[in-house]
Amino acid sequence: MTKPHEHDDRAPAARWHSLWLLTVGPTIWALHFLIAYCTAAVWCAKVVGRDGSLDGLRSIIGILTLVALAGIVLTGWFGYRQHSFGDDSSTHSEASSGDRHRFLGFSTLLLCGLSFVATAYVALSVVFIGTCQ
Amino acid sequence: MTDSVQDNRAEITAGQEARLTRIWNSPPGWRYWSAVNNTEVGRWYTVVTFAFFLFAVVLALLMRTQLAVPENDFLSAQTYNQVMTMHGSVMMFLFAVPIFEAFSILILPQMLGARDLPFPRLSAYGFWCFLIGGVFVCGSLFFGVAPAGGWFMYPPLTTAYQDGLGSDIWLLGLSFIEIASIAAAVELIVGVLKTRPPGMRINLMPLYAWYILVVGGMILFAFPPLIAGDLLFELERAFDWPFFDSTRGGDPLLWQHLFWIFGHPEVYIIFLPAIALVAMIVPTAAQRPIVGYGWIVLAAVGTGFLSFGLWVHHMFTTGMPAISLAFFSAASEAVAIPTGVQIFCFLATILAGRFAPSVPMLFVSGALAIFILGGLTGVMVAIAPFDFQAHDSYFIVAHLHYVLIGGMLFPVAAGIYYFYPMVVGKQLSERLGRIVFWVMFIGFNIAFLPMHFTGLLGMPRRVYTYAAGIGFDTLNLVSSIGAFIFASGLALLFYDTLRPRRNQPYSPRNPWNAGTLEWLGEMPAKSWGVRSIPLIKSRYPLWDQPNLMRDVDEGRCYLPDAEEGKRETLITSTIDARPAQCLRVPNSTFKSFWAAVFTGGLFIFATYAWYTVALISAALAFVTILIWLWTDTAVIPEKPNKDIGLGVSVPLYASGSASVGWWAMFITMVADMTAFASLVFGYFFFWTVHTDFPPNPAPGPGLFWPVLSAALVLAAWGLTLLARRYNRQDRAHGFYLALTLAILFTLGGTLALLAGPYLSDLEPTSNVYPATVWVLVVWGTLHLALGLVMQVYCLARRLAGRMTAEHDIDMQNVGLYWHFLAITVAVTAAVIGGFPEVA
Repeated sequence: MTKPHEHDDRAPAARWHSLWLLTVGPTIWALHFLIAYCTAAVWCAKVVGRDGSLDGLRSIIGILTLVALAGIVLTGWFGYRQHSFGDDSSTHSEASSGDRHRFLGFSTLLLCGLSFVATAYVALSVVFIGTCQ
Repeated sequence: MTDSVQDNRAEITAGQEARLTRIWNSPPGWRYWSAVNNTEVGRWYTVVTFAFFLFAVVLALLMRTQLAVPENDFLSAQTYNQVMTMHGSVMMFLFAVPIFEAFSILILPQMLGARDLPFPRLSAYGFWCFLIGGVFVCGSLFFGVAPAGGWFMYPPLTTAYQDGLGSDIWLLGLSFIEIASIAAAVELIVGVLKTRPPGMRINLMPLYAWYILVVGGMILFAFPPLIAGDLLFELERAFDWPFFDSTRGGDPLLWQHLFWIFGHPEVYIIFLPAIALVAMIVPTAAQRPIVGYGWIVLAAVGTGFLSFGLWVHHMFTTGMPAISLAFFSAASEAVAIPTGVQIFCFLATILAGRFAPSVPMLFVSGALAIFILGGLTGVMVAIAPFDFQAHDSYFIVAHLHYVLIGGMLFPVAAGIYYFYPMVVGKQLSERLGRIVFWVMFIGFNIAFLPMHFTGLLGMPRRVYTYAAGIGFDTLNLVSSIGAFIFASGLALLFYDTLRPRRNQPYSPRNPWNAGTLEWLGEMPAKSWGVRSIPLIKSRYPLWDQPNLMRDVDEGRCYLPDAEEGKRETLITSTIDARPAQCLRVPNSTFKSFWAAVFTGGLFIFATYAWYTVALISAALAFVTILIWLWTDTAVIPEKPNKDIGLGVSVPLYASGSASVGWWAMFITMVADMTAFASLVFGYFFFWTVHTDFPPNPAPGPGLFWPVLSAALVLAAWGLTLLARRYNRQDRAHGFYLALTLAILFTLGGTLALLAGPYLSDLEPTSNVYPATVWVLVVWGTLHLALGLVMQVYCLARRLAGRMTAEHDIDMQNVGLYWHFLAITVAVTAAVIGGFPEVA
């Protein structure tokens, strides 16, 4: 048996941020969701009342959604770049720092895709619903 | 010459095995129950969990007997309510969640080639808490005092209309069990991140470990809101603090929010570990690596997040604005995406491989079929207008049983058949297994498929009987017959697992020809787990690494020995699994048992309002845990490093973020912060639903005392961090001075925090505002008291020579706790003192 990782010193180092990057896309979804929900709740309870219109809220959530989607796309881009590191092996199943790096990038990209769709779903709510009733 | 080398080698190996056996074997006789290693605790946990499951199955059969014919009087309405409540509560809290903890404690270390998880005593403590709490809650049924408010205990039914102990038993008994879940989450997260074998980088982890990591993280954010809710609820029931009483400004909907912020993620906390079993079984059955490993990681992590955006879909009929419902409806639809992705990956793996039919795969196929039906009705009820029609009807009962039995029970049955040889050393009957499957599968569908129609015809759930001739009769009778068929399948399964098999030969090693490490073990399994810890280079090392089994068996890999007579396992780095530390894990002890007994006393005596005895029990638990910490944790090793074989030497002691204890503290405090955030959520929830919350002018606590408290606590925090630095620099005087001052500031900060509401005469029973302020203050005070104990503890540790400049785990962990404490007190001060000024 060989010592662990002895041939692997030039490969990308294990950094915490590459693991945490996985969670950035879904976290942006969660923040977008929470802010949208809380803003709508406060809007209907404190600003316009239960019979009020969502017009002003629509712009707020629209801008919020654009910011969130931009953040998700940016994170996805980082993931994609990490995934494109070196010689790609599509299964990321090699015992190498390169594959570990690509795997985390790929998973980040996938999670950003899911977060993008989920964020868009949530934003659609204000397209279809116009009042606080 | 060669012979003598071989003899020598055999002698060394025999010596190593003898030492490993001596240190890892469980103690004999009655002291067996002091065992803490994962194989024993995992087995007990599994057996007890199934005992509770059987209990809940019997309750289900009682219900189906009552409902078999209209206007039946087999059970009274009151008994039926208790049976129904207990069926749901036991299935969820005492079976569905703990079975994953039990299985994981049992199989995760084997999967990671570890000798044990990092905190064996914590696992044992969690197990005993679970057992005591579970027996207490279940026992209540035999005295006719069981909870009767449904498994989600909605107020005002349970606060204003149900006297007796039932709700208290539910609240306190299950809160106690939630401790076990959080303990398991800490253990399993750190286990996955830190006890992987060398070389098992994060892209090579078994999928089971990924799922467990996600589920552990979910527990940290899902269970604390329920603990916070339980606290509010019990304060209302025991001391009349009106959080849910609308006559005094409370709101029952707050409970629904807190319950379902827990309750919906819980469904996925149950589902993901079960589907993790499927992710291990499918590649073995297909004899090829999983298709779409990265996609399954996406599914696990994605589901983990999205499951927190669904809770209001249990509250679609509470009259919230349609826009709020729409957000949750959207998220409920989105979660179907990752759920579907993993199912496609499993199907692709089966199609791409050589499908070998086996009993586990039969159960997996059944699970997928049932779960997909449940998932589809889930998509239906996630659409608010449909839910308005189906809400609280038998359609929901059908939906949730399809999801839980397809998503959890069938995969668990598959897991029992698959892992039985690993745990017991012998295989279950293949022939009987097929019969069990078909009886269960057919029985299940006969029982639950008709409920969709009973529900759509208008039969409400939770009724103890129904009138004849309104279309429910035949469907209910069919459901009841199906339930008994289903139960007979379960009975057969239990018969096969429990029957004596003395004459049956041991199973061959790795009987399914699986590729993952848990099948490395010998049959029957040895107490030490793996003989030596291998270097991993593949996701399926048993398939891809030739001679791995031989090398491991001959002790050619890491940690083949226990020279110092200590239990040891390997700690590796989080991402690339490089060897980082040789962790000494503790041996058998009754301390965890007694700590659980006394903790149980606190909760159980409090149920009967015997507060003095409860407090004595709490004090005993506290002392036991202190003794446990003092004697067994952060022990300074006899030498700094240890040679673990293959020319690698690693430290025996690590502190700060390199130590497993630091991670445990961090994870625990994340859960703690979630509970605190739930209480703060309560404050702002009342602000949104009332026009006079906080009242104008606010009757207290004013700005002065909260701000003073925050200032003193922040100073104590700074001094604690200073003490940590001085300790590291070995400046003893500076350390003692800084920590003593920190203690004084902590005391001052605590008193100032209490002074705010106390001096302004806020009476918590009068209205929800004072009650909400007080609950935040009490929360902060309890945490400050704990912070104070930690400061004194560190002072004493250094005085006793158990903590030094280099060996400073205690001080590092206390410093970490204080970061969270500083946030808690600062936020509390800002909310109770600052918000009334700006609202």
